[in-house]
Amino acid sequence: MSAILTARGLAVSIAGQAVASGLDLDLAAGECLVVLGRNGVGKTTLLTALAGLRAPDAGALELAGRTYAALGPRGAARLRGVLPQHQGDAFPATVLETVLIGRHPHLARWQWEGPADAAIARAALAAVDMAGFAARPLHTLSGGERQRVAIAALLAQTPRLYCLDEPLAHLDLGHQVAVLDLMRQRARAEGAAVLMVLHDVNLAARYADRALLLHGDGRFDLGAAATVLDGERLTRLYGHPLRELRDAGRVWFVPETGGHG
Amino acid sequence: MQVVQDLRLPRSLAAFACGGLLALAGALMQVLLRNPLADPYVLGISGGAAVGALAAMLLGVGAGLGLEAAAFAGALAAMLLVFGLARGEGSWTQTRLLLTGVIVAAGCGAVVALMLSIAPEHKLRGMLFWLMGDAGQSDDPRPALATLALGLAAALFLARELNLLARGALLAASLGARVAGLRLALYFLASLLTAVAVTSVGSVGFVGLVVPHLVRLALGNDQRLLLPAAALAGGALLTLADTLARTVIAPQQLPVGVLTALIGVPVFLFLLARAPRAEHL
Repeated sequence: MSAILTARGLAVSIAGQAVASGLDLDLAAGECLVVLGRNGVGKTTLLTALAGLRAPDAGALELAGRTYAALGPRGAARLRGVLPQHQGDAFPATVLETVLIGRHPHLARWQWEGPADAAIARAALAAVDMAGFAARPLHTLSGGERQRVAIAALLAQTPRLYCLDEPLAHLDLGHQVAVLDLMRQRARAEGAAVLMVLHDVNLAARYADRALLLHGDGRFDLGAAATVLDGERLTRLYGHPLRELRDAGRVWFVPETGGHG
Repeated sequence: MQVVQDLRLPRSLAAFACGGLLALAGALMQVLLRNPLADPYVLGISGGAAVGALAAMLLGVGAGLGLEAAAFAGALAAMLLVFGLARGEGSWTQTRLLLTGVIVAAGCGAVVALMLSIAPEHKLRGMLFWLMGDAGQSDDPRPALATLALGLAAALFLARELNLLARGALLAASLGARVAGLRLALYFLASLLTAVAVTSVGSVGFVGLVVPHLVRLALGNDQRLLLPAAALAGGALLTLADTLARTVIAPQQLPVGVLTALIGVPVFLFLLARAPRAEHL
């Protein structure tokens, strides 16, 4: 398996605070890496740096064997897609228009989206269980539905590296699992790599091949999810006691609640 | 016949061109600031032009070309001032740009008020007419028409990237837009279009705010459709307003800016009152 994303000696900081320093990473096709950490440790900053949208302080990045500079913004956009944490909808738009935005890097300057692009967009909507919503104005959707439309736009971009910043935000339990299943299936079937920021350690443990834990001072733990994700380490990561429960051959992490320890 | 060729036609063409310029500039500003309430004047371009034009009138160099040159110079000065101040140490956020523009516009407004208060009686009427907008002052519509054609071509060249930018800088960048350069191009394009329009017809209000809104309601926010449609609709609106301004109480003329505002204010208030309800349908 070839590496889709490689980082060497990467150092990233925000407002003088180190997010990660000396990060070496090879993200292979079919692999899913989850980034975990407290609020404000720089998960989004690191994700945008790895996506080539924010210059790192030091280190080198390669996407499919080429630097972001060599790829150029458009070349990079055909290989790497980002799901931002916030979706901007200052202006009205329909669901289908919003998903077709993902086709932008595949179109020439004066080219309009054709039937093939519309078919890709509709398939993407179907993949996130939004098939009947193509003509709906975006502002009539719920938060979770909008999130799924944003994910559909990312799918329509057909990248090889998916960078998702809290993809499960606003989603109900069923759709959380459905989206993670979808991303894993994309990774396995299309040889894509998935990089995502999550806050649910149990879903992270179930879906991640590897986990990257950010401690907020530049230190990090990177390794196989099964070894990195243990109760003691997560307790330190979040500064909150977690209890390990065992069921069906798996470990489940449950936060202790105040007073009832 | 002579009247049509020498007076009416150039005036109507100038009104059409400037209406188109203002509506196009307004649509571009709304994308740049990601704010549907932005208009071409929000960043102080018209304020700068007004300071230039009124200063020229006050100093008595205000005949024909001298006045236009002064207005254009004022608009460019305001554009560069806002750009220089908003740029800061490289960070160029919408909020910073908007705040800088609003402050520069407020400063220009104060200078305009100062000049009006010290202006002699016989110059006051001309100055007020300039401020309210008057298509009668332009004798040659060709510069405005050429600017509209070139500006629209440039805007269409960028249109699909503007669709990305309207949805947020990070998303636009991740889809391959060069966001910093795009914003820069957008800022200078919208400012230049505004400067040319304001130079030839004064600061006609509400075309740049209302027309993009009306077009957005009819066609949606795809910039590839919205930009040319806004240019056409803006031109049509200002031509109509100018014809009314000339004929309603003929032979006396009304400033065209008053009529666009009289049409624009109720339409805009109606849209504004409707918008929050539509959000929660």
